[in-house]
Order: sequence, then structure tokens, then C-alpha cells
Amino acid sequence: MEFNPPLLTSSQRTLSLFPLPLHFPLEIRTAGEVEFPPPPKRHAPPLQQALNTIESTLVAMGELAADKHVKYILAVEKRKDSFESAVLEHLRMNGAYWGLTTLDLLDKRDVVDSNEIIEWILKCQHESGGFAGNIGHDPHILYTLSAIQVLALFDKLNVLDVDKVSTYIAGLQNEDGSFSGDIWGEVDTRFSYIAICGLSILKCLDKINVERAVNYIISCRNVDGGFGCTPGGESHAGQIFCCVAALAITGALHYVDKDLLGWWLCERQVKSGGLNGRPEKLPDDTENGGISDRPDDAVDIFHTYFGVAGKTVAA
Amino acid sequence: MHGRPRKPLKPVDEAAVAAKAEKLRALQSEFLSNHQNKIYSKEAVELSAKLLEINPELYTAWNYRKLAVQQNLAQCESDPESVNSILNEELKVVENALRQNFKSYGAWHHRKWVLEKGHSSMDKELGLLDKFQAMDARNFHAWNYRRFVAALMKRSDEDELEHTQNMIDKNLSNYSAWHNRSVLLSNLMKKAAPGFTSKDEVLTREYELVREALFTDEDDQSGWFYHLWLLDQTVRSEFPLLVSSWPVEGSDISLPAADYLDGCASMNVFHYSSRNFPLVLYFNQSVRGVNSSTVSVSCGFNLNADLIWKPLSSNDSQSAKVWATHLAIPDAELHSSEAYQVEVKVGFSQGIVSTTGVAYGHPSQISFQLHLQKAPVESGQDSRFGRIQWKDDCFAVYEPGSAEPDLVNLLDNLTIKNEVESTASTWQARIIDDETNIFRDLLDCKIGKLTVARLLTAYNSLRPLDKPVHCKEVLELYSELMKLDPSHYQYYKDNHSLVLLQQVTSSKESLLSRCFHYRDSTLSTNGSPLCLRLNNLGISQLGSFEKLLWVQMLDLSNNELQSIEGLEALQLLSQLCLSNNKFRSFTALESLRYLKSLKVLDISQNEIGSHSIDTTRYLFRSPLSHSVGSCDWNINYLSSKTYWEAFFVLKDMGLTQLDVAGNAITSKSFNVFLEKLLPTLKWLDGVEVN
Repeated sequence: MEFNPPLLTSSQRTLSLFPLPLHFPLEIRTAGEVEFPPPPKRHAPPLQQALNTIESTLVAMGELAADKHVKYILAVEKRKDSFESAVLEHLRMNGAYWGLTTLDLLDKRDVVDSNEIIEWILKCQHESGGFAGNIGHDPHILYTLSAIQVLALFDKLNVLDVDKVSTYIAGLQNEDGSFSGDIWGEVDTRFSYIAICGLSILKCLDKINVERAVNYIISCRNVDGGFGCTPGGESHAGQIFCCVAALAITGALHYVDKDLLGWWLCERQVKSGGLNGRPEKLPDDTENGGISDRPDDAVDIFHTYFGVAGKTVAA
Repeated sequence: MHGRPRKPLKPVDEAAVAAKAEKLRALQSEFLSNHQNKIYSKEAVELSAKLLEINPELYTAWNYRKLAVQQNLAQCESDPESVNSILNEELKVVENALRQNFKSYGAWHHRKWVLEKGHSSMDKELGLLDKFQAMDARNFHAWNYRRFVAALMKRSDEDELEHTQNMIDKNLSNYSAWHNRSVLLSNLMKKAAPGFTSKDEVLTREYELVREALFTDEDDQSGWFYHLWLLDQTVRSEFPLLVSSWPVEGSDISLPAADYLDGCASMNVFHYSSRNFPLVLYFNQSVRGVNSSTVSVSCGFNLNADLIWKPLSSNDSQSAKVWATHLAIPDAELHSSEAYQVEVKVGFSQGIVSTTGVAYGHPSQISFQLHLQKAPVESGQDSRFGRIQWKDDCFAVYEPGSAEPDLVNLLDNLTIKNEVESTASTWQARIIDDETNIFRDLLDCKIGKLTVARLLTAYNSLRPLDKPVHCKEVLELYSELMKLDPSHYQYYKDNHSLVLLQQVTSSKESLLSRCFHYRDSTLSTNGSPLCLRLNNLGISQLGSFEKLLWVQMLDLSNNELQSIEGLEALQLLSQLCLSNNKFRSFTALESLRYLKSLKVLDISQNEIGSHSIDTTRYLFRSPLSHSVGSCDWNINYLSSKTYWEAFFVLKDMGLTQLDVAGNAITSKSFNVFLEKLLPTLKWLDGVEVN
């Protein structure tokens, strides 16, 4: 008898199919004056502070209105003449995931033509079974997961040759249990998460050596309870997300020192209410949720996704 | 995007930007075409370099260049000058790209790929790294690359350690440097490199080093985790040891004979209600390899089958701190006047190993006696219990009578004496003492209070046989921290709870004061079970289980528990009250699955079903976490999938009494579901079940 988990609300789904992080394409630049919203007057509990930060970011650009976000996302999709969109063309598959999931969280999935999107996704598939960031580009595990996630979002996983895709992903596992991003061999625990998340959506987790995959992730665990990208790598909130999620999916969370890591993660919240990714770094919307990087910074779809998702989860 | 200011475009800018975008698209298009057609001419390759300078994130271009290099290297037939020039060109392209974005994954990886071909020198790479680390000492790409170069070119850990020292000297607030230092030191200590063999010396040096960081700026986190790691290294016990057991050494247990199995006739202190008698071994750390070869159990009567020892943990790792087995007393052996001597020998043969790889090297022996009881305590006594009510007036303080010195004896012998610990290294105590004195100067701030609390707790952990000291002070510190630093409120509260429980279980007087007889009007006084009441303590986390293995009836009501992790060690538990706590879901009650003797359970007045997000879902063995196959799922109970968590937790339990009222999940259909799931149930929410 197959186990079909109970239907999840979209916020719960966000947590289970949680994001493709984070290509980490553009890290925080330590620079210049950035204005933070004034700290709340009364002492507010941490979650409230984070929400206050999101709230003031949104106030800066007007009321949070689902319609405005939808319009923004659709506009980004269509606007091909900006330099920004040219420079990010190679990761359109990720952008599709962020944008479409945001629409889904706002219950507006039907404003896009899913058939058109699915047709484009399939054009991005390589003969190896992996997906590229856009047509003509090379396959990579990052975009393969985004493709799977978008298809899952539209409930169209059946268009996939599941065997082919899962074989591609499984083929990227190395002897020590780690995963490469593609045939060129870059190893990172992000890719471990991606492989595990992707295969679990496709229900093919048994195609990889789960024990070795878990052992590799644990080898990346640090004395502060966090996880890095490779053994010895410094703890970083994004990597921690990937490792913890991978361990959760594989039923291996007992290897996480919950109290120690929980403490480390809570220390990421700074006085303004925002969250940074590592000790003594600037807070970043990627971790906060804010529709842009920070108030007064340019808006983009990556951060819109996290902003709306954050608000949904906190609600 | 990150760090780009938001500003509206002026019309002139707009046109320029559009032109720029158009140009970029044209270049990308041409590049993709070259790539598809495998064109690696000089112009084509240069085009890719130009693109990567504008956009180092264009991953396909890095791939293309690798293919071009492979082809060109093959063509030049290992002529060293050509090889050098080809590879140098690649390094140049990487440097240009890094100048544009020195955090580009693609660029760093390309450089590694080139270096793996045996090119460039350590000095050159370290020079490049110094430049980058001068620009940004926290760039983790640079640190990762440094680690890669050090490994590739076999630079020693000692030299790298010195580098971290240099970085720290330049700036104490360099978390990355401290982190790397911890990695290198762990390695050096693990392989016992010369100069790093004396833990005492190494740690003393490091404590001095990090002290400056902590005292210079108490809000700077860079040193905090390092200090915590040093503390862990100081007190961590290397050897796996047996800490406590059930039965306790020297105890005297009565078991009912076959006729009186049902309904547990009497439940005086050591009268056990089942024929499957549990043996529990509690270690100081997670171990594997506990089985009938490494643990031998001998009694007066033969045990037909080999005993099966199971790790009491909800994961597949075959390792745990607590292991248990059950002795099945054969029917044939019913000589009520005889006492059977049982001896449990742990670790006399090799095989028990800690998960960190240290072999169990301190064999222990536990001896106890078993009596089989044929006659009931009082004739004519009704052997069935009425419904248990967890009210104050049902409990009477336990008075140890002369007939029962055993409980007091038991409480005296709860902790197993291990010789290796009694010679607790003085250097550990000395370090902790020194550090405590130093940090008492920092008590006006968060990190000071927390560190002193941790140090005092660590001191107690070095002396498990002695009564813990400074408990009051530690409890006060955590209470202050809860007010001072509310963002970590729960963390401090949990620690406060653990210390509180240590205090409560630290002496037999304290434990005895919390032991009560349960009085039921249908029973005579002789037949009342003994209950340990840890209610109304405000605890949010459980601990000190090694002191509680003997408990059969436990009242944890009116606390703030969200989880009962660790409770699975209490294999004797048959009555448990968890009402008025903060349990949010059935997945938080996973430990109950291991309590095979549990008959009475009260989880009323909690928050089960109130929260849409289940924070313990993935800690729980279920198909959702791929830790249980879907074949365990039995459709018959599925009138609705809503109760799948309850199903998994309760399905194999032989509960006779269950209370769930006062939870959001409670409903008529839920109760119907429960009655179907638990055929042994006699009372549900106080109402008799048909």
C-alpha cells in the first residue's frame, strides 16, 4: 500500500519541497551605507522583529499586494531587454522555480501558461538526462532540480522519463558519497541536498548510496554545529539549510546537534531584526525575506520568492 | 540583487542599458553556437574569455574552456612550453573573472581544475590567496581554495595553523580563522602530531589565545564557539563507560508467577508485572556492538535462546547510549521460594565500540536476584486496577518502611562506579577552575554568564559520583539569561531544566521526597504502585535518565515539555502522565514506541493538532523521512489520513487507559479511531470503553 502523505497547504509544501538554494550567485558585498529600518520601539520577540523588517521593506515599495507581486513576476518574465536579465539568462530555470513558486504561494499559479513553460523546460533537457539553465546551455544538477520542482508544482512529473533523470542525478555521486554538480566535478554539499531532494520527489532515493551520502554530509559538520560546503568548510546558513534538509529527508537528523546549531542559527538575527548568514556579516534578505536585498536595494525575483515564502511561513 | 541600490532609470540610461544588454545577448548567442558546434578556434576561445569577464557566472563558458583546453593540450603533444602557455592563459582568465566577482564558484572551480593538471606553484597560489584575504578575510571561497592548495601541494597542518594565528593576530574578530584553526587542531590532535600530543598543553595554549578575543569585545561572536569547542575537548570523556543499569547492582526483584500476570496484581517497588523482564544498559555515549557475545547474562535457569539486545534509538545506525533486552522467564521454572542469581557481564569480550571508534575497555559486572512469587500478597484481593487518576489527593508520600529497605539501597547504587573516572585527570579540573575564575570577571554580560554556567556544569560532569555543586548558581545564571537574552529563551530554559533535574536526582533524599504511593480506594495499601512525581517543575527538557531507570510510574504533568526524547530508556514505565505540557504533535511522542510496558497514558491538555507546522516531523521515523517502508502502513485504520502520526506512535501499544482530551486534535472521530487502534483500551478520556 503506497504511502501518500496528506495534502499539504502551500506553506507546508514550501517547507517540504524547500527551495533550490541558492546558486549563491552574488554574495553579499560589504559596502556602502545601507539604511536599515529603525528598530521597533518596544522590545519585540525575534520573529516579530524579522517581520517588522520585512514589513518596512514592503512599506518602502508600497503595500504588499498579491497583485503587484504577480505583475512584477510576469513583467520580469517578459522583459528581455534589461542587462540584468541577459546576465541571468543562464539560470532561467532557477528563476522559473522562484517566480512560479511565489505565484503558487499567492495562489496565482493560473496566470501563467503551464504548457508553454513545460515545453520550454523539456527543451532544456540534455541527452544525458540532466537539465540546463536555459536552452543551449550545459546540464547541471542545479537546474535539474529546478526543472523537477516546477514540473511537480504543475503536477506534471509524468512528462519526465523518470528513469533517465534519476540516472543522471545518481551518476553524479562520488565514491566518498559526495555529489558533483556536473561532469566537471565541483563538489559541494548543496549538490548533496539537490540530489537527495530531487530523487525523493521522484521517489527514486534508492538509486544512490544514501548511507555514504549521509556520511559525507556529516563529514562537513563543524564544531559550532553548522555545516560547510566541503569538509573543513566554514558554517554558512545556506549550506546549513542544505545539509539539514538532506539529513531530514534521509531520516538522519539525529546527527545534528539541535541545541548547538539552533543556538548558532538564532545568533544570526541582528538588532534590526534581519538575519545574516554567518557571524559578524551584514544581514541579507536571502535569509530574512524582504522583497529586495534590503530596503532601498533593487528588487529581484530571487528575493521576492524568499520574501513571500518567509511571510507565508511566519503567518 | 544583492547590494545594488534601487533607483529609477533615467531615459538616457535606459537606452544605453538596452544597447549593452543587446550586445551581451549577441555575444552569448555566438558563444552558444561555438559551443554547440565544438569550435575552439583562437577567436572563439577569446570570445568566451570576454564573456566570462563580463559575467563570470556563465557556467557553460567555463565548461567550454575546459573542453578547449583538453583539445589544445592533446594537440600540443606535451611540449612543456605550450602546456604552460595554455594553462597560464586559463589562470589569467580566472583572475580577471575573480576581479569582477571574487565569489564566483565557476571561476574558483576552474582554477582548481587547472591546478590539478600539475600547474602553478604553491608560492604563487598562496600569494594570490593573501591578496584576496587582504581584501576580505572572511571570503569562504578563498579559505576553501586555500585548503585545496594546502592539500594538493602537501603543505603541513602546522604551517597552516600558523597562518590562522597570523590572521587572528591581525584581527581577533575573524570567525573564519578561528574555524579553520579548530579544523587543523582537531586533525593534529587526532593524529597525535609531535607537539600536539599533550591535550593539557594544547588546550591551555588555546584558552589563552581565545581569551583576548572574548574580553576585547564581548559581543563579537568569533571566539565564542571556539571557546565552547575547547570546553568540549576538555571534558569529553574518551572512553565509553557503563553509567547505570536496570536492574541496579545488588537488587532483589520479585516477579509474579503465571497465574497472576493479568492486570499486575501488586506493584510494590520491585514487583514487576510481566514475564518479559527488561535488562537495560546505559552508557555515557553512543556505542555499537552490544549483543549476546559482548554481554553475557547467566541465571539459575537456562535461557533457551540467545538474548537479542536492541539499541533504544529511533534511527538505523545500530548505535545508542541505551541498550535493552528482555529475559523471558520460562513457565517451567516456578519455585517460589527460590532466588535466582543473575549475573550480567558487560564487555568482557571485545566488540563494544563507541561511535567515535574507541573500544569499550572497562568491563563491568552487575549481579541481582530474582524471586518468583506464586501467592498473591493478600488473598481475595481484586487484581484489577481501577482507573488511575493523577490528582494530588490520590498520592501519599512514600515512607520507607523497615520491610522495604531496598528502594533506599537502590537509590544509593544508581550510578556505577568506574575506576577510570575516579582518577579524573587533574588537568581538566584545573583548567575549568582557572577559566571559571577568569570568567567571573565577565558576569555582567551574556557571554560571561553563559560561559560560567557552562563551566560549572562541565565541572560537575567530571565528577559523576559526587553530588553536583553550584547548582543554585547555575540555575540563577540561566534564569538571568532568559531575561537578558530573550532570543535564546528556549535554549536557556532547556539548560535550566536539565540542571534542575540533575539537582533533583542527585541524592536519594531528594528522590525519596518525590516518591509517592498511589492510593486507590479499590485497593489495599499494600498493593499501591510507587510513583515518582516530577510535576510542576516548569521543565522544558528531560534529562538524568540514567538515574531514573527504575521508575514504573511517572508524573510529568504541568511542565513545559515539548519532547520526551530520552524517555525510551525507562523500560519499566507502565503509567505515564504528560498532561498540561506543550506537546504539539504525536511525532514529538516517538519515544513512547519503545515503552512496551506502558499501560496508562495521559496526554490530555496539550497542543496536539494546534499547529499547522509540525517541527518534529522529520525527527520521527516515518515514510516521509524515508526511514520506514510504506509496507508498515495498514489501510484498515485509515478512515482518514489525518491521524497517521497517532497511528504510527500508538499502533503496537497495549494501553488500557488513555487520556487525550484538551488537545485540538480531539474529536468524536478521533476517539473512534483510537478505540479501533487500541483493542486493549478500557478507559478513554475517563469513559469506559465497550
